[in-house]
Amino acid sequence: MAKKTAYMGMLTALAFVFSYIEFLLPINLGVPGVKLGLANLVVIVALYTINVRWACTLSVVRILLVGLTFGNPASMVYSLAGGMLSLVIMIIAKRGNLFSVTGVSILGGVFHNVGQILVAVFVVETTSLLYYLPVLVLSGTIAGVLIGILSAILIRHLKKAIQADGQNMNRKEE
Amino acid sequence: MVRFAALADLKSMKKNDVILLAALVVAAFAAFAGISWYSHISTREPQAVVFLDGEEQGRYPLSEDITVELCQDDGSYNILQIQGGKAEITQASCPDKICVRHRPVSGQGESLVCLPNKMVVEIENGEESGVDAGTR
Repeated sequence: MAKKTAYMGMLTALAFVFSYIEFLLPINLGVPGVKLGLANLVVIVALYTINVRWACTLSVVRILLVGLTFGNPASMVYSLAGGMLSLVIMIIAKRGNLFSVTGVSILGGVFHNVGQILVAVFVVETTSLLYYLPVLVLSGTIAGVLIGILSAILIRHLKKAIQADGQNMNRKEE
Repeated sequence: MVRFAALADLKSMKKNDVILLAALVVAAFAAFAGISWYSHISTREPQAVVFLDGEEQGRYPLSEDITVELCQDDGSYNILQIQGGKAEITQASCPDKICVRHRPVSGQGESLVCLPNKMVVEIENGEESGVDAGTR
């Protein structure tokens, strides 16, 4: 349990730092919302090396931390919408067992953007924001592929490390 | 060695991943093409653009018959009527009523102006005949 807590703490800190890096180095392609989603890397790793419950906790804690430090209530709502929709879709996709880590990551990236656009449409009450959707689906896909491949590498090494540690991390997949 | 391992991870991608990837890319491009086609069609539609005190207040397509009351904070008003593909001012609070006497407009770049009320209605994407048709 203590090791698991330490592992979770490390992942949370890592997700937080990744969010900060993206905050410092935004990708500006003229369309708001285009980003790499480095923090999703950590969420996927948690999803595959611990379990769903801890991945959810990690995601919510990260969003709250980032919202309180670099953001504002509005940006927190957008992050939360994107993060939660993305997480739910990724959990379903992982359980469906149709995709590898990369496929799950692609879906996560795309639905993160979809969730944010939906909230934005709801808040601003203009459907013209949907014009951003194709660009954001494309950027989410590309980011998802990159993050997915990175995740696959990390998960393989981490699983090895966890097993080598001999620690029973109680890695229930459900 | 590390390079080789990364390659193995790349190969861990399932066939479904590639299908998903391709489907999303195609869908994104299709949606983009659809949207740009749609906006190309819709911006070519002739419309009356209303400016009050230099600021755009609204756009009304000439294809729909509509009557709009353009009221301002100081109580002044103009009533814009779009009928049969032409826009005109039917009533106004201004003293000179020049805007009301102006003939209905529909040609590209034609406008209805009410100086006392600082109101301008401009036609966008109208037919190019415009002034020539009037002076022929």
